[in-house]
Amino acid sequence: MNNHPAALALHHLGAATDVPKERPILQLQQVNIHYGQFHAVKDATFDILEKHVTAFIGPSGCGKSTVLRSINRMNDMIRGSRMEGKILFNDHDLYADQVDPVLIRRRIGMVFQKPNPFPKSIHENIAWGARINGYKGDFDELVEQSLRQAALWDEVKDKLKQNALRLSGGQQQRLCIARTIAVQPEVILMDEPASALDPIATGRIEELILELKNSYTIVIVTHNMGQASRVSDHTAFFMVDEKRTGYLQEYAPTEQLFLNPQHKKTEQYISGKFG
Amino acid sequence: MSGMHAFGKAQDIAALMNRRRANAVAWNLVFILSTALAVLFLLLLVCSIVDSVFGYAVLTDEIEPSALVPAKSSVGDFSRQELEEVALTRLSSGVLRRVEHEKPIAQRSDKDLRDLVEHYVVKPKVLRTWGFWDSLTKRAEVSAFIARNPGSYASFRSWLTPSFIVSDQSADPLRAGIRTALLGSLWIIMITFLFAFPVGVGAAIYLQEYALDTRLNRILKLNIFNLSAVPSIIYGLLGLAVFVRAMEPFTSGALFRSFTDNTANGRTIVSGGLTLGLLVLPIIIINTQEALKAVPDSLRMSAYGVGATKWQTIWYQVLPVSVDRILTGTILALSRALGETAPLVVIGASTFISVDPSGIFSKFTTLPIQIYQWSARPQGAYRNIAAAAIVSLMILLLLMNSVAIHTRDKIAKKKRLES
Repeated sequence: MNNHPAALALHHLGAATDVPKERPILQLQQVNIHYGQFHAVKDATFDILEKHVTAFIGPSGCGKSTVLRSINRMNDMIRGSRMEGKILFNDHDLYADQVDPVLIRRRIGMVFQKPNPFPKSIHENIAWGARINGYKGDFDELVEQSLRQAALWDEVKDKLKQNALRLSGGQQQRLCIARTIAVQPEVILMDEPASALDPIATGRIEELILELKNSYTIVIVTHNMGQASRVSDHTAFFMVDEKRTGYLQEYAPTEQLFLNPQHKKTEQYISGKFG
Repeated sequence: MSGMHAFGKAQDIAALMNRRRANAVAWNLVFILSTALAVLFLLLLVCSIVDSVFGYAVLTDEIEPSALVPAKSSVGDFSRQELEEVALTRLSSGVLRRVEHEKPIAQRSDKDLRDLVEHYVVKPKVLRTWGFWDSLTKRAEVSAFIARNPGSYASFRSWLTPSFIVSDQSADPLRAGIRTALLGSLWIIMITFLFAFPVGVGAAIYLQEYALDTRLNRILKLNIFNLSAVPSIIYGLLGLAVFVRAMEPFTSGALFRSFTDNTANGRTIVSGGLTLGLLVLPIIIINTQEALKAVPDSLRMSAYGVGATKWQTIWYQVLPVSVDRILTGTILALSRALGETAPLVVIGASTFISVDPSGIFSKFTTLPIQIYQWSARPQGAYRNIAAAAIVSLMILLLLMNSVAIHTRDKIAKKKRLES
């Protein structure tokens, strides 16, 4: 694949227009998130389409990561966090009383900013999530298939017993993606997955995202607008108001948002006037 | 102002540099001196103990061996026939009857008979002992002492011998040993571990991983810190009230009809072990909490991210990476328990028993208690066996710690290579 950013972006923008079906898999409705007294995000309402890549961009402190973590209820882990509004996943409210956040996290996987493989072997990194979730099949097959999907198989197939922490940063991050794939989620949330990596490793992650969107819905938070334009179909631009509360400023197909922003703030941000 | 002049002229810079260097050297010296001081005192401690373990003892026999068999100055030189003869003729009738009842003289081994003759006929007595250093430097004093006491003789001995380890308690310092105390210490430490390790680690997991950051939990954590500073004798009083008195039916074994030793009441190994368990519980909790705190949150997040429950995250991810720190803390805590005396004295550990503990409902004594008791006696020889017991306790501690550290390192290694 051509690694040149502009070529990637053109290739991608061309492809995005002829996606046949556009079903919202996630619907955020009036999402408000508080950390104790602090109102972190207000009134975010938008849909995330199935098997699309949706990018969240915006200046620091705009709440894009907070919104991302609220989608698989990772925010529950943060003491004092409170969420109001609704997030529908396949039309079911993720925050309904009877919903088990553990099950949600299996179906909506997550890849973090800093590569964080388990301090175990490569094989175990992938097999563990599947095992604790009751996977009955052949683990070796699952490991191979997941590593292949994450474009890591050829590099590690001879050292599956080796500790994952001995891999390079980029390899570790692809392993984290493989680990997420192994539990067969429907959605993969990525919180600045390439921000800790060098440009070559970043390029490989971006290629991988384009591959994966054939099978998964991907939501990616990024500070890199080039990356958002290269990999995503839709982009949500978050802004922060004078009380440091984040809100959704503009949400549109990526091409439209970058070429024809509707808001002045969006235009200023994507042209690098602030951020 | 230009950058050059902001830091002064060349000679100012050089002078400052010299002062800074001198300062660094001075502090370096202070640190070296404090380390040297610590090492010096440690060496002094070891030397003073070892000094008492070896040295001259001047003994006198109630009946000299040469008076039993002419021309033989030591029981060790007696032939089998002579040993049997001496035993049959010289033992008092009561002792002879008891000895014959246990095992007939004719069937006893040579060593056995020699011990019998030594103990009941020759009856050596320690008149005075010298430390290792004095034995080397004050030979004249030893000779003068022997000259003043007719019938006495000097023997250079090590008070720490294999038979010292395996013999039981005795009123005679030449025959006394630490077997009973050693077994008591091992039983106690086992109960302490079985009680304090699971409870301590469990409490730490709750406090660190589950408990919300409420005012109540903060007070709880603070108080656990305070508990670790409470003097150990207070735990003894607690153990006396709770385990010995209030829980007597349980701790005496009466509840289980296990009257291994019904004179012990509640003053049993299980009471002692639980008391020491309470004593080290805060230490284990604090150490385990620190170990869990050191595990980065990113590891927990990555486990949650693939759909692990809280418990799966703790059991499969957090505990395996913190286990070596947890075990280190536990080893330190158990080492402390092994050396504790005061709380066990308070709950009524026996100071003089020669019956080996046979289970958790036996009465007991432990090495530190034995050491304390021996060192409190006026006769010199007891100080020597107290020193020998101290060396045994230190060796036991070293052994226990090295086994524990070896196990810990094996676990850590397995963890690194885990497939």
